[in-house]
Amino acid sequence: MTHYILNISPVAILVHAAIPLTIILVYALVAIWAERKVAGFIQDRLGPMRVGGWHGWAQSIADLLKLIQKEDIIPTDASRFLFKFAPFMMFAASYAAFAVIPFSSSYIGSNINIGVFYLLAVTSVLTLSIIMAGWASNNKWSLLGGMRSAAQMVSYEIPTIATVLTVIVVTGSLNLMTITEMQSGNDILGFLPNWFIFQNPFLIVAFVIFFISILAESHRVPFDLPESESELVAGYQTEYSGMRWAMFMLAEYADMLLLSLLGATLFFGGWNSPFGDFMSGPFWSFFWFMLKGLLLVFVMMWIRWTLPRYRVDQLMHICWSILIPLSFINLVLVALWEVIF
Amino acid sequence: MVSAFKNSWITFKSIFTGMGVTIRHFFGPSVTLQYPDERAVLPKDTRAKLYVNIDDCIGCNLCARACPVNCIDIETVVATSDVDLGKTSTGNPKRFWLTRFDIDMAKCMYCDLCVHPCPTFCIYMVPEYEYSEYDRTNLIYHFSNLEPAMVAEVKEKAEKEAAEKQRQREEMMRKKAEEAKIKQMEAKKKAEENNSGENDAQSSKPENGDP
Amino acid sequence: MIEAITENGERREMTINMGPQHPSTHGVLRLELVLDGEVITRVKPHIGYLHRCFEKYAEKMDDYAKVIPYTDRMDYVSAMNQEHGYVVAIERMLELEVPERVEYIRVIMAELQRIASHLLGIGAFGLDLGAFTPFLYLFTEREKILDIFEKASGARLLYNYMAVAGLMRDVHPEFKEEVSDFVKTFRPKIKELDDLLSYNQIFIKRTANIGVLPDKVALNYAASGPVLRGSGVKWDLRKNDPYSIYDRFEFEIPVGSGEMGTLGDCWDRYIVRVREMEQSLRIIEQAVDGMPDEGDVMAAIPKRIRPKEGELYARTESPRGELGYYIVSDKSASPFRVKARAPSFVHLSMLPAISSGALIADMVAIVGSIDIVLGEVDR
Repeated sequence: MTHYILNISPVAILVHAAIPLTIILVYALVAIWAERKVAGFIQDRLGPMRVGGWHGWAQSIADLLKLIQKEDIIPTDASRFLFKFAPFMMFAASYAAFAVIPFSSSYIGSNINIGVFYLLAVTSVLTLSIIMAGWASNNKWSLLGGMRSAAQMVSYEIPTIATVLTVIVVTGSLNLMTITEMQSGNDILGFLPNWFIFQNPFLIVAFVIFFISILAESHRVPFDLPESESELVAGYQTEYSGMRWAMFMLAEYADMLLLSLLGATLFFGGWNSPFGDFMSGPFWSFFWFMLKGLLLVFVMMWIRWTLPRYRVDQLMHICWSILIPLSFINLVLVALWEVIF
Repeated sequence: MVSAFKNSWITFKSIFTGMGVTIRHFFGPSVTLQYPDERAVLPKDTRAKLYVNIDDCIGCNLCARACPVNCIDIETVVATSDVDLGKTSTGNPKRFWLTRFDIDMAKCMYCDLCVHPCPTFCIYMVPEYEYSEYDRTNLIYHFSNLEPAMVAEVKEKAEKEAAEKQRQREEMMRKKAEEAKIKQMEAKKKAEENNSGENDAQSSKPENGDP
Repeated sequence: MIEAITENGERREMTINMGPQHPSTHGVLRLELVLDGEVITRVKPHIGYLHRCFEKYAEKMDDYAKVIPYTDRMDYVSAMNQEHGYVVAIERMLELEVPERVEYIRVIMAELQRIASHLLGIGAFGLDLGAFTPFLYLFTEREKILDIFEKASGARLLYNYMAVAGLMRDVHPEFKEEVSDFVKTFRPKIKELDDLLSYNQIFIKRTANIGVLPDKVALNYAASGPVLRGSGVKWDLRKNDPYSIYDRFEFEIPVGSGEMGTLGDCWDRYIVRVREMEQSLRIIEQAVDGMPDEGDVMAAIPKRIRPKEGELYARTESPRGELGYYIVSDKSASPFRVKARAPSFVHLSMLPAISSGALIADMVAIVGSIDIVLGEVDR
């Protein structure tokens, strides 16, 4: 049923590159608007209402146009090259990771057999770019934000990887397309889809750990310490303005989507329809996939507008003394379960 | 170990309680007022802008003196005897031309202290709040309704009358002074006479009694 | 804790300015932090960015009444309480009797203002810790109080409502009804706040055991109000030195108990404010019941207030603590000297004592929990 558009011609490569980019850009515009709307509704407000007519749908576009027009301010004593380069590197890292995400039953950027490994490796570059931005700004607040972020991302990569590993234990494949295909069908209890979250009770625990870790990986409340606006002003973004700042914003939202989509692929059946063969096919599979991803994004927003944030040492405590041991124990339990059943 | 699980459970429970509260609000009504389209109805005595009903003003300057920031600037000219400025709606006679009644709303701190002393209730706050300006000088409101020409005329008239009065007064003064001089001379004469043996008490009395 | 040490054995420290333009210094406060990593070794508050010469203005106003709008501007978050303190002081100087109705209205206004101020204080505290939403929920409630104030006094923030020996104007006819409506709708909101913020575990983790202020230290620094009560000292001027008609009402003084951590930590100070709002609601209910419907709102006093020669210190309980006015009269039209004892100023001065060894994030929590208003600190 699945056939991959894998062609080596330059045009095909460009098309391949353009599809995720389009998705990211459209998503970022929608998500920033949606974040503000969600925040507004949760806080008994309305959020943007003016630009574009219906519920201010064009607000993000207007903001983008404004940001493009803004002056590109570089602090005098900043390390100019690194300062200019950091936002692009950050976006490049999260964009590159989209290559291995199977958006639909018939589309994946690059169907390599080490997909998950590639994704986790490429997103590690985000840490580097954040330190780069924090250090190059020559601002103490930025530096603090950058250091916090480095510590946080490096630490939280471990539980993320450990929980991803639990899924790999079940699938035996690193290819995300294969992982998704393994979740087709509705066999559990006769009606539930074959998603990994329903297959194994320990995978539910794994998902909880995974979700907490991706909250921290993508700097969302309650783990938004690198840019905690009430402590560090704006963290590593303090000195950025205009388009460079917009790149950070874009990368951050792209990262959020990337990790949510990864979660959807690993635990919620990727592009599989929850109703078996009903509403499946290349287009519908894309729809289901994005819906799952966006639902996770919505939960992230919902959490953001509910909770206060952790302190930096508590954040580390949660990671090192709760999540990491738990995720490894869980890994062993999942493996045992697989051996027994 | 057990306590760690218990703590996690409590944490998760409190997080879900909080999320329950926010999702209820998510579907609840909003409190936003879409400002230029909808406007809040302000109570009628909201303090948002000072207004002066200049027809009722008697130029008593009480409001200017009550103002803690001196944002009220009043200049009055005495009405000449040939004009009658009439009365205010409260029945107080008006005796001054109000050649200037400026309120600098940029300085005003909306304290309401100028409103209370006014004997004719002509200065008060109105609930009008949309009066932002690009230039600060535009926030100086001129309430005097006299034309510049009129102001000049009134001033001239008042000056003339004042000059006339001054002249009259001076004349009176001079007359008085002359009379006083004459009397003094007389008194001197008398005194000299007294020195030569007369009683002075009788002669000095009418002098003092004379205005 | 491992300290960063250079090769020569010196400690490497970083000095950083928190403020005057920092999102959580609650105004224009500058904190000079000396950091060892993220740990604060020294903190030095710099104040004066909002100095507006209140005290000197008061001497040059040529009228005791003209000072009242300036008292509003000291602690602009609780203007009614500031006015209340000032008029109480002047009335004591003049030995005036104030009409019954005026006293009741004043108490209702002062307590409503206390709630409004605490709403802002705890909302902003939550905001400092990253909880954005409770702040806006509380603001909605605060707006309702401000609506009542606007209807009564004509202004939403700086009321100039209380005058010496009375009120600037009478309340509107629906006043009682609106106040009791507010009390009714507000009670469930406190429960909601508990769910959303007060007992949220993350919030507790961020505030419990942080910025511990032992009662002895608090007393030595002359702390007052919720900050002192948070340390477990039962001291409320409304009970301990009653002014106005506070001796007629039944209410409790909530104190911190170290429920979630150590006695006198940020959470204790926070929860004292929440509980105080409940007590204020009780006072308001009693005051609404007892308030006479008819009566003058201004006692007969001479047009020019000229207290006889002498000096007086009158203290009242503002939402932030003991607000005292020391007034010296030389029998002229304006006070010879007005000194305001601002609780925020006193509380800010103990910041270095309670924040060494804290992290930057804790610093934010500590500044939020002592709930300073810079207008009052600098005057």
